[in-house]
Amino acid sequence: MHRRIMGLESEYGFLFTNTGDRIFPPERALEYLFQGIMQNSWSRDAFLPNGGRIYQDTGSHPEYSTPECDQVRDVVIHDKAGERILSRAVETVSHQLEVEGIDGHLYVLKNNTDSAGNSYGCHENYLIDRNVTFWRLSRTLIPFFVSRQILTGAGGLVRKADESVRFVISPRSLHIREKISCSTTSSRPIINTRDEPHSDPQKYRRLHIIVGDSNMSEISDLLKVGTTALVLEVIEGGGLHDRMSLEDPIRAIREISEDPTLSVRVRLESGLELTALEIQESYLEACRDFFHKEGTTPAVRDMLDLWEKILFDLSKWNEPVLGREIDWVIKWRLLTRYRDRKRGNWEDPALAMLDYQYHDVHEEKGLYNLLRKSGCVDRIAGDSEILSAMEKPPQTTRARLRGAHIREAMEHHRSYTVDWTYMRLNDPPQETLHWADPFNAAEVP
Amino acid sequence: MSQKEKESRKRDETEETPSEPEVPAGAQERAKKVAEEADDILDKIDEVLEKNAASFVKSFIQKGGE
Repeated sequence: MHRRIMGLESEYGFLFTNTGDRIFPPERALEYLFQGIMQNSWSRDAFLPNGGRIYQDTGSHPEYSTPECDQVRDVVIHDKAGERILSRAVETVSHQLEVEGIDGHLYVLKNNTDSAGNSYGCHENYLIDRNVTFWRLSRTLIPFFVSRQILTGAGGLVRKADESVRFVISPRSLHIREKISCSTTSSRPIINTRDEPHSDPQKYRRLHIIVGDSNMSEISDLLKVGTTALVLEVIEGGGLHDRMSLEDPIRAIREISEDPTLSVRVRLESGLELTALEIQESYLEACRDFFHKEGTTPAVRDMLDLWEKILFDLSKWNEPVLGREIDWVIKWRLLTRYRDRKRGNWEDPALAMLDYQYHDVHEEKGLYNLLRKSGCVDRIAGDSEILSAMEKPPQTTRARLRGAHIREAMEHHRSYTVDWTYMRLNDPPQETLHWADPFNAAEVP
Repeated sequence: MSQKEKESRKRDETEETPSEPEVPAGAQERAKKVAEEADDILDKIDEVLEKNAASFVKSFIQKGGE
């Protein structure tokens, strides 16, 4: 796999419930949360010493953007570090509220849907070669993204108009209305056309993908970014054509999401009808062929093998194994077991609660975190790596420079303005550092 | 064709002949262990799961973002 700049932006669900007599507005609780991350600052938009960015998105969500990474595994580690930064802030705020005598609970959820049918996203960013025709790229990618959810879906319960509840593979998929557009809220596309490469626009463009679910499982997260990076490299290398184009991708993405048995067939423009598994197997095979010819590395081999293994286990419905690995099966297993134990049905509010609480970033209350600590899920990252990434940027991209200079400015109490490509020290002589090349991790002399 | 592909093809071929459901050694034990773990984890979930589920679900409304 050649070096590529990648990153994830995750919007978090946020809720503060006041349980005591003293009224404390949720907006104040959100303010406290930001202060829990950036002490002595009232800012709600800041780059952190680990090179990432935390900000308040429209609609009062905290949003965390990972620093620029050039390894898939680093993306996962930094995405998980974002969760920990928020969970630590929740603890700080909870303690502070207790001291101030305010009764209430703060919840920060790394999920994508609320109970009123709103959605907020996990946006993936990949720096791609400007010379690849965007039209060809998009056409070739759409069937991949439509079917990718069987690896990367978060799983979840969805209430229908008649109040019945069903389990879907990817809750986010049900909010997708178009193939490609510039919208992120009204009519969400699979591929968003936002093109801010934060680097040389002659050489690169930014591919902004908003169809994916936020992942708790490190393996789902790794597959989300890793399989996409492989497919992108094949397309950039001239391989993989649009022979898989779907007749109606928006209908297909919904149908696949609504069918945890993985048996639904979707229609291609060619007239063929394939399952999501078959579509994914076809992309996998094209990637294997390409890297077999072009040369491979251990990282590519590992990713191809993991992709193949998960598809194979899905085709055999190896639930005990997948139930430790990928989000939607982990959650399916939890929900069905819990439902059966309580002899309840999908409509039981406790199951909706379980669905939400799986995504709670809280180290003790979050159910994914509970599974992690109990050794019930398989992982690809170590706790020490994640804890380190809360403070330390990736050392192989310009995030290293941003992080180091932010840390230094903070230590010396210097005023500064920082963005993805530069940092200005506001005190005279207002020195500005430029980091136009995201691949460059060394100080420019 | 790479070694991996050969293995993958071979697997496809065996799929077509559903005559030998040979369970790999240790798989059953592993499944049993996984089931026990799952029961254990359901107890732990019961301990931490929010008790006021209905009211939480009702109030968990986000203004949208992105």
